[in-house]
Amino acid sequence: MKAGIPIGLGYFAVALTLGIAAKEAGFTPFQATLTSFLINASAGEYIGFTLIAAGASYLEVFLMEAIANARYMLMSAALSQKLKPGVGTVQRMLLGYCITDENFGVSIALDERLDPFYTYGVASVAIPGWSLGTLCGAILGEVLPVSLLSALGVSLYGMFISVFIPESRKNKIVAGLVAISFALSYAVSAIPWFDGISDGVKIIALTVVISLAAALIFPVKEENKDVA
Amino acid sequence: MSHNVYIYIFGMALVTYLIRVLPLTLIRKEIKNVTVRSFLYYVPYVTLAVMTFPAILDATQSPISAVAALVVAIVLAYFRLGLFPVAVLSSVTVFVLELFIK
Repeated sequence: MKAGIPIGLGYFAVALTLGIAAKEAGFTPFQATLTSFLINASAGEYIGFTLIAAGASYLEVFLMEAIANARYMLMSAALSQKLKPGVGTVQRMLLGYCITDENFGVSIALDERLDPFYTYGVASVAIPGWSLGTLCGAILGEVLPVSLLSALGVSLYGMFISVFIPESRKNKIVAGLVAISFALSYAVSAIPWFDGISDGVKIIALTVVISLAAALIFPVKEENKDVA
Repeated sequence: MSHNVYIYIFGMALVTYLIRVLPLTLIRKEIKNVTVRSFLYYVPYVTLAVMTFPAILDATQSPISAVAALVVAIVLAYFRLGLFPVAVLSSVTVFVLELFIK
């Protein structure tokens, strides 16, 4: 639960902006909060609200949702290998609901095998933060000072960074991959040729390409206990 | 809006939930293949790095404060400060800097 506090606070801040987007798409505060509670995904919800505001069809929205959130499939697969032995189906179904970028980040960063209750603890603070942030955003909207939103906006990235930097210090290959990821991700966002591709697709495509190349060139030795 | 908002919400929720749960429930055995294991080991770090940069540059009012926050976060994380200090101190960096820029 301790790890959940910064995540919950960061979520609250990010969800505020999401609540504003929901309001613009014609959602009531209740509908916006329900969306956040059920879906729990920043990029996915943002794309959803944007498309719905533009009057997109159900199929379009659902398809985009699948693409924007496809990275969770990789995270879910990674967690399946991190889980301690003997975790049953019901627990796995509950754990699946808890997978967000940050909950995943802290869960996979543990030195030992994952006990699902660790993730539940984090999620029990993080998910209400997310829902409440959306609610406040949808109600308060533009009243909040921009300087505050701006400062809170980087907190989520701070969390991401504190997952991959310590591992980079331990493992030079991970450090190199982080540098390559930064460079390619920047290239893909800067080159106009890629403009037609959504952020969700870019993230998953880069993740698969870079990780697969790394896996083929630098396979992790079996005796390494840190293997996912 | 002629569409029903609740169909959107529940449809998106179902799609997202299936994506999250299927691998976890279907993959029960330990994967032996070295390439797949290595792939899954690298995935989290790569995906978090890809999501961080350059998106962080647009998270604030000025790219300058964003870069400062990025550098502060990397240095602090390198010296193994936890999640919470890194997140808070990078936010403080942005807040203080933006009092001066703009």
